[in-house]
Amino acid sequence: MGNLIPIIVLGLLGLTMGVFLAYAAKKFEVQRDPLVEKVNEALPGANCGACGYPGCMGYAEAVALHGAEIGFCSPGGNEVIEKLAELTGKNAVAKEKVIARIMCQGNNNVVKKQYEFDGEIRTCSNANLYFGGDKACMYSCIGYGDCARVCPADAITIGDMGLAIIDEDKCISCEKCVAACPKKVIRMVPEKSKFTVLCSNREKAPVAKKNCSVACIACGLCAKNCPVNAIEVKGNLARIDTEKCVNCGICTTKCPTNAIEGKIKDFKVAEVVEEKCIGCTACARVCPVNAIEGKVKEKHKVVEEKCIGCGLCFEKCKFDAILMKEKIVVN
Amino acid sequence: MDLGRLFSIIIGSILINNVIFARFLGICPFMGVSKKVESSIGMGMAVTFVMTLASAVTFIVHRFLLAPYNLEYLQTIAFILIIASLVQFVEMAIEKLSPSLYKALGVFLPLITTNCAVLGIAILNIQDEYNFIETTVNGFAGAIGFTVALILLAGTRERLEYANVPKSFRGIAIAFISAGILAMAFMGFSGIKI
Repeated sequence: MGNLIPIIVLGLLGLTMGVFLAYAAKKFEVQRDPLVEKVNEALPGANCGACGYPGCMGYAEAVALHGAEIGFCSPGGNEVIEKLAELTGKNAVAKEKVIARIMCQGNNNVVKKQYEFDGEIRTCSNANLYFGGDKACMYSCIGYGDCARVCPADAITIGDMGLAIIDEDKCISCEKCVAACPKKVIRMVPEKSKFTVLCSNREKAPVAKKNCSVACIACGLCAKNCPVNAIEVKGNLARIDTEKCVNCGICTTKCPTNAIEGKIKDFKVAEVVEEKCIGCTACARVCPVNAIEGKVKEKHKVVEEKCIGCGLCFEKCKFDAILMKEKIVVN
Repeated sequence: MDLGRLFSIIIGSILINNVIFARFLGICPFMGVSKKVESSIGMGMAVTFVMTLASAVTFIVHRFLLAPYNLEYLQTIAFILIIASLVQFVEMAIEKLSPSLYKALGVFLPLITTNCAVLGIAILNIQDEYNFIETTVNGFAGAIGFTVALILLAGTRERLEYANVPKSFRGIAIAFISAGILAMAFMGFSGIKI
């Protein structure tokens, strides 16, 4: 019986407090704006902070109560913007999706190590303190996963070869990894741009090449061969202007060190379907390499040697008169 | 009632045995909410409310529930239960009565639950064998001491925003140094007997 007293006392205490709180909760109930709840439900709930507000709830309040812009949620993309537009009655402004890309291919196979990192704290920012990381290239991804740890979408993994890999389908464009990377090798690029110079090395070619076999050596071959002049070599590094790039992929075939990687490997060529062509010259005007011949009101023709398969004419033609067919590349 | 004794308790709690500067209790909210004078006043008010109420309730629970059954060993858990419930109550009340204060306090409001100053004062009240009125007054004065410390540091940190602090000391580091200097200043009160 004596053992029961403490249990009873504590139980009574808890019960009293519980009843008191339940009563207070009723008494002090706060009416919330139902729109805030609805907007919050429409948001992805990742609480990544990419919108600039403290969490999804903060953004929901800003949208519902203070009339904030509805286009700030990059993880949700256009889907969420449409939903918010429906809820708030504002115009949906479609935004181009950007994704994080690691501007380095320096895995342990291709880049030399300058020492063995044996530190207790295996983070990039820590390794960076010792001669800029264990990889010989001063501009390389260190590969201890600072970006992977901050990624709210689990889109980043560290591969076996000591290089961060971003799953671009999972990326929610919150830019947290960009801020976390001590080497600043992560950049946000538009999702539509398929080709990127995956190197951040700004050292002179001999040094870069000595440390890493896939470094950009700033030879300028890509810039010379680019049909739309989208590539500029500046400070010993080539960079593709994503605004100008038409995703033809010529640069990746020309690069001697394979520093430019791209997603498309099948090259295409345009062909005019003569029955449908009305001779409007729209395709010829949009072609970046002037590969389409033919005057106004005449049937157009594609010069196959010049065509880079960018597909701009295919998108432009209103009459389905252009087909993209596979091209067999010999190189 | 001995007003002189109450007065000495108040002065003692605010200046001589300040919860933060002399007892080093409740450092987490002290560093966390001392960025702006405005929010530190709000936090001080919330803590004052919780601490005064908690002191009174814990005294009653101790005197009439724990002591008669020799259950003093349940002191900590029972007090934490009471403080946690009170904090919940204060959170609800503030959300209803002053939404802007609720927003300004943010995450630190539920953190009062784990504010050791509240529990510390409640236990010290029992140790010093105060009666009910003395307990309540001590709880209130202790909280005022906490508020004073909070506002002093907040004022200092607001000025520090504009000061040319060496780069490696910026932010929380210089705040800790300022707090240390403040604590040393408060050591001037130690040993005073009223």
